Amino acid sequence: MEKCRIVFSGSGGQGVITAAIILAEAAVLHENLNAVQSQSYGAAARGGATRSDVIISESDIHYPKVVQPNILVCLTQEAYHKFYPILRPGGLLLSDRRYVQTSRKVDARQVEIPMYDSVMEEIGKTIVFNICMLGALISLIDTVTPDSILKVLKTRIPNNFLDMNKKALNLGIKLGNESGV
Amino acid sequence: MNKNTKFIQGNEACVEGALYAGLDFFAGYPITPSTEIAEHLAKRLPEKGGKFIQMEDEIASLCAIIGASLTGHKVMTATSGPGFSLMQEALSYAVMTEIPCVIVDVQRGGPSTGIPTHGSQGDVNQARWGTHGDHAIIALTASNHQDIFEVTVNAFNLAETYRTPVILLFDEITGHMREPLTIPEKGKLELVQRLRTSVKQGVDYHPYLPREDGRLPMSDFGDVHRYNVTGLVHDMWGFPSSEPKAAYELLRHLVDKIENRANKIAMFKEYHMEDAECVLISYGASARSSLHVVEDRRIRGERLGLIELQTLWPFPSDIIREKCADSKYVMVVEQNMGQILHEVKLSVDRPDRVFLANRIDGVFITPLDIMNILRLIQGKGV
Repeated sequence: MEKCRIVFSGSGGQGVITAAIILAEAAVLHENLNAVQSQSYGAAARGGATRSDVIISESDIHYPKVVQPNILVCLTQEAYHKFYPILRPGGLLLSDRRYVQTSRKVDARQVEIPMYDSVMEEIGKTIVFNICMLGALISLIDTVTPDSILKVLKTRIPNNFLDMNKKALNLGIKLGNESGV
Repeated sequence: MNKNTKFIQGNEACVEGALYAGLDFFAGYPITPSTEIAEHLAKRLPEKGGKFIQMEDEIASLCAIIGASLTGHKVMTATSGPGFSLMQEALSYAVMTEIPCVIVDVQRGGPSTGIPTHGSQGDVNQARWGTHGDHAIIALTASNHQDIFEVTVNAFNLAETYRTPVILLFDEITGHMREPLTIPEKGKLELVQRLRTSVKQGVDYHPYLPREDGRLPMSDFGDVHRYNVTGLVHDMWGFPSSEPKAAYELLRHLVDKIENRANKIAMFKEYHMEDAECVLISYGASARSSLHVVEDRRIRGERLGLIELQTLWPFPSDIIREKCADSKYVMVVEQNMGQILHEVKLSVDRPDRVFLANRIDGVFITPLDIMNILRLIQGKGV
């Protein structure tokens, strides 16, 4: 497989870092791949700009950060403006239609999905917005299977909330598949 | 996948290593970017019958583990630069009283409270000379989780072997990033246990009388022997002394037991050193960027090699001199203004051929940063 270099970006509290961790952990524990996850954030836990980098590869990973992602996820306008210029030409840009207005032409597969609105409509809880995003993402890249993500969710999420997360994951997968990319 | 594989932060890898080594007492005061060490030990230690105490500050934290160690426990505290500054007084007490303990400093940007959420390697010289008086110290570091685990186990081993505080100098980058760690089976890594005295109750025990091999057998404080422990210069009973002979012998003992074994204590890794024209020397997170450059340039036929230091103090001068003897250039890669650079220059035969590649703006040094400086050194322009 080609090295998968992903930047997740958004705002503190959206679950961007959690989603990145779940994806990387699934790759390592259930797909027999190597992965490194790192993050950069300010002193503010909620509301500040957040970025998490994930590299998934079959070989050793030395430098753990992503300089030029081939996959970029943006969940806020600020994150989009800040990070779209570093996206590798021909890469994949996944953004939320409610939060991000893609104003410029980028040399990338731009996938705008109404993830937030769909989560609110079908589940009604913003807390699983990140898991829906993760579902959409894995449907667009064939690196980690939904089953592997579910296995990780089971170890991280209290039983009472598991169904809601499963629903959000499946919703994301469905939206990703329907995006027609 | 190995069932002992976990996908965790570097700070958790340190926790796993400490527990594997037999840690059973931790006292600390949480501080970014070391907090996860306290967080995880708060849960894990009580589960195995150990003690976790959140103290009022870092001074008390180090004092508490020194006391616990004296009673026979394997102990650790964890902090970052600002807290490590507060620990310096007690650190020299642990050096003087020869009490085994492990102090983790997950480095962040400094000075003072600096940049809490960004990495740095600015405490290297603080680990060496932050506390007062002539002394020797052991400080170790690592660049990936498997090594963090092993280096942590080794820190406990060295602390027990040499009866000394050992400092683990990690950094925010490796501390916070997640990658796989496979925990070795029990018994796979050697563990050094406390050397206890064979002197029976009622027989004179000399707590500070070294054996022929220089080691001092300990007696658990509060158990069968009564003895004195002081930060003052002391005699073999542990009582204060201002005799020149006692002062001289004690100081020599404290320094020699570590400095004379610098080559033995030295842990390092080598990559592509067999025919390297240009040698990169790095440690901790920066060694990851350095290795990226070396692997990348090797594919293009450039003769680059890397020495990754895991023991920073005592500085392995002999090893560096020998390994760099045939190189055209040496480049030290670190996230500070040249703290190890200085040691390398002192070690090699041609210090004018030693250069620095660094970053001090809180941004983790990239392979491109290193490449740009390398091109300058090689006269290829920017």
